[in-house]
Amino acid sequence: MNGADVLIKCLEKENVEVIFGYPGVAICPFFDSITNSPIQSILIRTEQNAAHAANGYARTTGKVGVCVATSGPGATNLITGIATAFADSIPLVCITGQVDSELLGSDVFQEADITGAVESFVKYSYLVRDAEELPRIMKEAFYIANSGRRGPVLIDIPIDIQNQQVSRFKYPEEVHLRTYKPTVKGNTVQIHKVIKELEKAKKPIICVGGGIMLSNAKESFMEFVEKYRLPVVSTMMGISVMPTEHPLYFGMVGNNGKPCANRAMNESDVLVMVGARVADRAVSQPDLITRNKILIHIDVDPAEIGKNAISTIPLVGDAGHIFEDLYKEEYTGNHEAWIRDLQEYRKTMLVHRKVNPAYVDPAALIRLLSIKMEENGIYVADVGQNQMWSCAYHIVKKGRFLTSGGMGTMGYSIPAAMGAKVGNPDRQVVAVCGDGAFQMSMMELATMVQHGIDVKIVIFNNGYLGMVRQYQHFTYKDNYSAVDLTGNPDLRHIAAAYGIPFYRLSNMEDAEETLNAFLREEGLVLMECMIDPMDLA
Amino acid sequence: MKKKVFQLLVDNTSGVLSRISGLFSRRGYNIESITAGVTADPRITRITIVASGDDEILAQIEKQVAKLEDVRDIRELEPGFSVYRELALIKVQANETRRQDVISIANIFRANIIDVSPEGLIIEMTGSQNKIDAFIDLLHRNGYDILEMARTGIAGLRRGTQDIVWFDIED
Repeated sequence: MNGADVLIKCLEKENVEVIFGYPGVAICPFFDSITNSPIQSILIRTEQNAAHAANGYARTTGKVGVCVATSGPGATNLITGIATAFADSIPLVCITGQVDSELLGSDVFQEADITGAVESFVKYSYLVRDAEELPRIMKEAFYIANSGRRGPVLIDIPIDIQNQQVSRFKYPEEVHLRTYKPTVKGNTVQIHKVIKELEKAKKPIICVGGGIMLSNAKESFMEFVEKYRLPVVSTMMGISVMPTEHPLYFGMVGNNGKPCANRAMNESDVLVMVGARVADRAVSQPDLITRNKILIHIDVDPAEIGKNAISTIPLVGDAGHIFEDLYKEEYTGNHEAWIRDLQEYRKTMLVHRKVNPAYVDPAALIRLLSIKMEENGIYVADVGQNQMWSCAYHIVKKGRFLTSGGMGTMGYSIPAAMGAKVGNPDRQVVAVCGDGAFQMSMMELATMVQHGIDVKIVIFNNGYLGMVRQYQHFTYKDNYSAVDLTGNPDLRHIAAAYGIPFYRLSNMEDAEETLNAFLREEGLVLMECMIDPMDLA
Repeated sequence: MKKKVFQLLVDNTSGVLSRISGLFSRRGYNIESITAGVTADPRITRITIVASGDDEILAQIEKQVAKLEDVRDIRELEPGFSVYRELALIKVQANETRRQDVISIANIFRANIIDVSPEGLIIEMTGSQNKIDAFIDLLHRNGYDILEMARTGIAGLRRGTQDIVWFDIED
């Protein structure tokens, strides 16, 4: 048994069912061993997408996503995907091959100092020096990735370590990490204070972030707000914690958020931020959320509390545990008048879009698409105007909304949707992207054809990098620079080249029928929607 | 394995220390100690590194460090032509009855007592690494427990006034 066999055994012990990877000489022992394992190996078409696919897989299964690449360029190609996962606290284990230990540091073929390069984007990284240490390292890596504040962990394994003979395999039962002990249970005194503060509040609001999804606390959170009848808004990462049309949910906050959600946050007297970073896109002026109101900040990462805004009541712990504890408290607060105000805001503070009937209206299309989508479907938005429209108009029922929130990585949606579908073969998965992002990850169409992965891809085609064009419209007085996508391929031919069905929607006239046919297709399918290039998100 | 002491004069830019330590870690070089502090010219930081390796590695270290953009000068501080000093703060367990013995040993090494508490004292000692090692060894042999210790790693300068590196203001 060699180091690579040990590695595969460790993955099996961690109940890994699938890896997303791309081979190369320095990781060949791994790809040799995996053929003897039930673990499925999916050959992605560029390494960045292996990390995005593992990301989509992790977010929709609650398991750790695993991606594998070779040394040098394979490893460096992963970096954007790792940074994307780090920004959104997604648990990944990234395995990279490395050149022979003896040659480390001598600039041989395909050598890159990947542990050094990803230093600022990983929760932790390992350079393995002895195959006997692999079981301990793997156990730790999975534990670190999927506990506390989740995040990517990288394991760099020189080829001689993968080939090293190991006498026996024993996987450790538990981890022993002297310095890493995340706080999971919330402090009972603080929990009691939170309840007292909420009881006194006239206008409380809870702002949820991605942390709720990461700690798998959706149910306990919903039970909590429904029992005490507390209104909720969300950050972009918190979309799909609550169903869009839930009577206690008032939408996404921030500069691209819903007016009623922002008003709810501004008028509140007690604000509970939970599993959210108070980052600039959600809260552009953090000092405003501490002025005239009490800020309760709940996060598993104590460093996030007080980073951007000083909270009145900090509460460190895993959201799942905390909401179970909060649920058990006695509660006398009543906020019905405030909820009625908010429901009024939601009805009256509407955004009026100028719609050009010659094109597809992205807002109307997204609404129609979400109505037609299966109840527990997974909707993956890319980055740019399509993302803003998706946040504003996608209606979440019982499904999941995914997007690259923190890093804003273009090209995320297709590989992430691919990973989500692999992890959830019974759920419908739809990716929505622009023509710019599509061309950043369209090589993955081949992966999905090869492995029979059924993702429904909607492409908003406006011939522009729309979000930047819009920014140049407002900030640079229409001096459009490097945003014109002339040269785009005919997507009908792209679909034909991969042998997959294709639909084109020029305006809203046939939207209903086309969407029906598109969603009825079995397997991978493309739908192109022609969008007014001057439309604003 | 040999040891060498290198003196670096580097631009006082943000991140310069991480660039140098990053080079050592990615190429797998060993650092025994590293100290840094500003020079008489506030734009320049002097870094003293004690590195270990065989002759080829030590030669590579010098060349690889010299290549870094921020590094203006690197040279070896050869033992015969240089002075080295290290500062150590050593907290020794010693109650009233044993205190005087510790002070006597410290006096022999020209170390200072800078803090006294009922159960222990802190000794401040400056010297070559060998001298500090010898002192620690003597404490151990006489059965004194070292409760805490902080060693700075060595700082060094070449003897004489022949080889001083100057930089023009315009540099």
